[in-house]
Amino acid sequence: MSNIIGIGESPRRKEDFRFLTGRGNYVADMKRPDATVGVFIRSPHAHAAIRSIDTTAALALPGVEVILTGDDVAADGLGGMPCGWGISNAEGVPMKEPAFPMLAQGKVRFVGDMVAFVVADTLAQARAAAELVKINYDVLPAVVGVLEAVRPGAPQLFDDVPNNLCCDWEMGDKAAVAVAFRKAAHVARLSLVNNRLIGNPMEPRSAIAEYNAGTGHYTLWTTSQFPHVVRFLMAALVLNIPEQKLRVVAPDVGGGFGVKQFHYGEEAVITWAARRVGRPIKWVADRSEGFVSDRHGRDHVTEAELALDENGKFLALKVHTLANMGAYLSTFGPNIPTNLYAPLLGGVYTTPVIYCNVKVVFTNTVPVDAYRGAGRPEATFVVERIVDVAAAEMGIDRVEIRRRNIIPKEAYPYQTPMLVEYDSGDPMGCLEGALVAADVAGFAERKAASEREGKFRGLGYSTYVEACGLAPSRFAGRLGARGGLYESATVRVHPTGQVTVLIGTHNHGQGHETTFAQIISEKLGVNFENVDIVFGDTDRVQFGMGTYGSRSLVVGGAALSKAGDKVVVKGKKIAAHLLEAGEHDIEFKEGVFSVAGTDRSKTFQEIAGAAYVPHNYPLEVLEPGLEEQAYYDPINFTYPGGCHIAEVEIDPETGIVTLVRYTAVDDVGTVINPMIVEGQLHGGIVQGVGQALFEGAVYDEVSGQLLSGSFMDYTMPRADHVPNMNIQTHSTLCTHTPMGVKGCGEVGTIGSPAAVINSVVDALSHLGVQHVDMPATPNRIWRIIQNATMPQAAE
Amino acid sequence: MTFAFHQPATSPEAVALLGSIPDSTPLAGGMTLLPTIKQRLATPAALIDLSRIPAMSSISVEGDTLAIGAMARHVDVAESAIVAAAIPLLAKLAAGIGDPAVRNRGTIGGSVANNDPSADYPAAVLGLGATIVTDRRKIAAADFFTGMFETALEPDEVITSLRFPVPVRGGYAKFKSPASRYAVVGVCVVQSPGGVCVAVTGAGPGVFRVPEMETALAGSFTPAAVASIKVPADNMSSDIHADSEYRAHLITVMAKKAVAAAIG
Repeated sequence: MSNIIGIGESPRRKEDFRFLTGRGNYVADMKRPDATVGVFIRSPHAHAAIRSIDTTAALALPGVEVILTGDDVAADGLGGMPCGWGISNAEGVPMKEPAFPMLAQGKVRFVGDMVAFVVADTLAQARAAAELVKINYDVLPAVVGVLEAVRPGAPQLFDDVPNNLCCDWEMGDKAAVAVAFRKAAHVARLSLVNNRLIGNPMEPRSAIAEYNAGTGHYTLWTTSQFPHVVRFLMAALVLNIPEQKLRVVAPDVGGGFGVKQFHYGEEAVITWAARRVGRPIKWVADRSEGFVSDRHGRDHVTEAELALDENGKFLALKVHTLANMGAYLSTFGPNIPTNLYAPLLGGVYTTPVIYCNVKVVFTNTVPVDAYRGAGRPEATFVVERIVDVAAAEMGIDRVEIRRRNIIPKEAYPYQTPMLVEYDSGDPMGCLEGALVAADVAGFAERKAASEREGKFRGLGYSTYVEACGLAPSRFAGRLGARGGLYESATVRVHPTGQVTVLIGTHNHGQGHETTFAQIISEKLGVNFENVDIVFGDTDRVQFGMGTYGSRSLVVGGAALSKAGDKVVVKGKKIAAHLLEAGEHDIEFKEGVFSVAGTDRSKTFQEIAGAAYVPHNYPLEVLEPGLEEQAYYDPINFTYPGGCHIAEVEIDPETGIVTLVRYTAVDDVGTVINPMIVEGQLHGGIVQGVGQALFEGAVYDEVSGQLLSGSFMDYTMPRADHVPNMNIQTHSTLCTHTPMGVKGCGEVGTIGSPAAVINSVVDALSHLGVQHVDMPATPNRIWRIIQNATMPQAAE
Repeated sequence: MTFAFHQPATSPEAVALLGSIPDSTPLAGGMTLLPTIKQRLATPAALIDLSRIPAMSSISVEGDTLAIGAMARHVDVAESAIVAAAIPLLAKLAAGIGDPAVRNRGTIGGSVANNDPSADYPAAVLGLGATIVTDRRKIAAADFFTGMFETALEPDEVITSLRFPVPVRGGYAKFKSPASRYAVVGVCVVQSPGGVCVAVTGAGPGVFRVPEMETALAGSFTPAAVASIKVPADNMSSDIHADSEYRAHLITVMAKKAVAAAIG
């Protein structure tokens, strides 16, 4: 029975059987013989000098193998944690890049900073020992907010980073923007905060490291979105070990959202320690540890100004942002608020000139890095909020001002003033489709009904675009990337005609095992169940940059498609020989090679068999075997986008905001599996709704303690926080990816915060409210209503 | 860290163990104690598990009094036909505590003895004028809650049951923390032959009454009666979820909802 399941179909996900039956293979579940347990001692202070560390009493406890500190790291001459991006200011002066030691040396700079690593036979022993390690700190004043960090007299994190300023970065044409502002009929201004978030994947970070003294090989099992990059960075730049002697395995991973796409110090420490101990070591973070050590996201303070002519046409945009880097530069850290932010400030609009200045700032907080969307939700929030502010101030309808400024479909490819060129898109089509899908026409009636119940109702739009499919290596290199951003795939056809795909991306919830199998099922005409996808093991998969930035299908899928094409090309050569025809007369369709215009044919299975049993085979001109590999480096980013419409109801008595309707019409290019795309949208939108209404990492300004350090205080969005969503696609095809795909992993998170907050502001607009910061908690909304409705005190 | 673990079969046995083992602690549902131990914030020498004492989890009505064993779990109270018939507000309150996992383990006695300032039960215990029965005495609700996480209990004293006078009617309304689902503000309004009681949890360092609302409701038991009564913010708690003025405001809002629930 043929069971070819191809592009556009929605088979159930292959991976779900093992997940739903409890047979997933997670790091914390793994048992290695004779394994020890490791526990990290983390700084309880946001900023302190380490006077002394006394491990004597702890080492005397039974079962304790070793306690390692920053001094041991220094004694072994190991490197610090590398940053994968080097940005520069306008004069070309590189960013300040202070050392990020594996274990703190001399100073701790955030609550959660790693001070020591305790290894013992059992977890209880390791914890008991950790409690006995005496660390003498001299507590120093701390600074957690960006505004405070750049003020004169602020506590300084590093001796050689004046004013805590990592880089004063800019993009765009400052002079042209100044000229345009002088001609403006109206200037809209907005100050906003993009709230700090904690990703909280369901599975905490964990690792097991093992050293084979017989061969000198290391193995690290880790919860990573990019095991090959961990291997490269750790081997070459941190531990100085031969790359071929390090195997990194990222098995099933329970959610990433960016949190697991960095090379963490824990990975390096545990691998280094495994050799010293001579036994495997296992570390599993507990949830509290995750809150203070998983890289955080967002955390911007921004001033934006939009210049418009008398008709509401955008003339120029000027954006000044202070971006919090936390205490050290994480793997992608400085790239996120700069290169992944400023280029998107054009949005879907024809704004001719833009200038963006970003001050990248160190503070005594957890390092900040990419979190689902990474830079692009921040950009979208600035653009879509200030467009609404301008519309309100100029008395232009919010949809109308968008219509007047949206890039028309015919104008694509469209060169923006911020480097990127959008290859394809139809934002107006998405907007018009969403207006219908969201029943905007019926909103007035719904609003009146809410008012009869004493509730405020609001509607909010977000017409957005993002850049993903990271990334064209050459382009990224010009922007400061220190690595390539291509992807690789191998299609291994077995003698039976069944197929194993080895791919450098990593599946941790995205459904790759299904989507990629569909691509190969269709391309090679093999049954869907006869295609297995292998990922996450540097000893099995050739190479890969991993999964982040909505790149897996766009870049990895492209590599896979190309490798599949190569298999077909070779198969045709074999078929031509077997069928005694010219290679160009061979047609391949639905798993059958045939001579055009005849009934002579060979199945894909027969060709695979011939390739591995080459008795009748053109050995003089063709190698046996049927396995092909492709590397793909994209020529441009992809630019998914769309229109999201949120509708909220606010209870003015409590300030509770209830999301009552949500509509998304997105252009993600070719859709391989509609069910999976819809699922990605659902998850992404809920994460964006989380940012808009619930989530926010809060630090105590004096002590630098994380006040939102558990699920008791950090509000995750839950199923009962969101309505059924209306998710549709309105696709234009990407012009440069092999299948026309654009990526869909982050669009939900990018489009939704602005849509939700715009709807909240709309609901409060009758009170003169112009902006609401995220998260729009009940207390914050109640306070805004109080301030707006309270009689003004007499002067 | 290690501790001894005892599972007595009767409450006198439990009390004897608590009295004889230094640094021993009674374990009810463990919803607060176990996380505290895991975080090494508590290091008891022995846990005296009360879950194997059948007499401590019975629910019954005796005359005008509903008696609930201290080890009755939240789910037991929430789903009890006896509770629903006698004091429906208690069943509703129990059904709104935490999440199913918490309700399947947490107990009424544990909650009351812990006296978390954001817990739900203290509002009902004070609002309904319950009596806390221990191994050695009976304590009136008004005398029981002495401060944040503080009660009138002696260190080795164990609550065995709670006795709730069946009121004329009553209601409980809470504003849940969206993160923890604890009460940011919870208000229990109870009308009894002796008068009206308005008890508030979550808003301050401990459960307290609002006499002004009680007087107003004694005159007219309607939401409108409390709608314009503002509670001063001075002694209210403030945290990253709710500032003190907001909490004070929510008392009025929740009191209205509680009265509406009582009227049904």
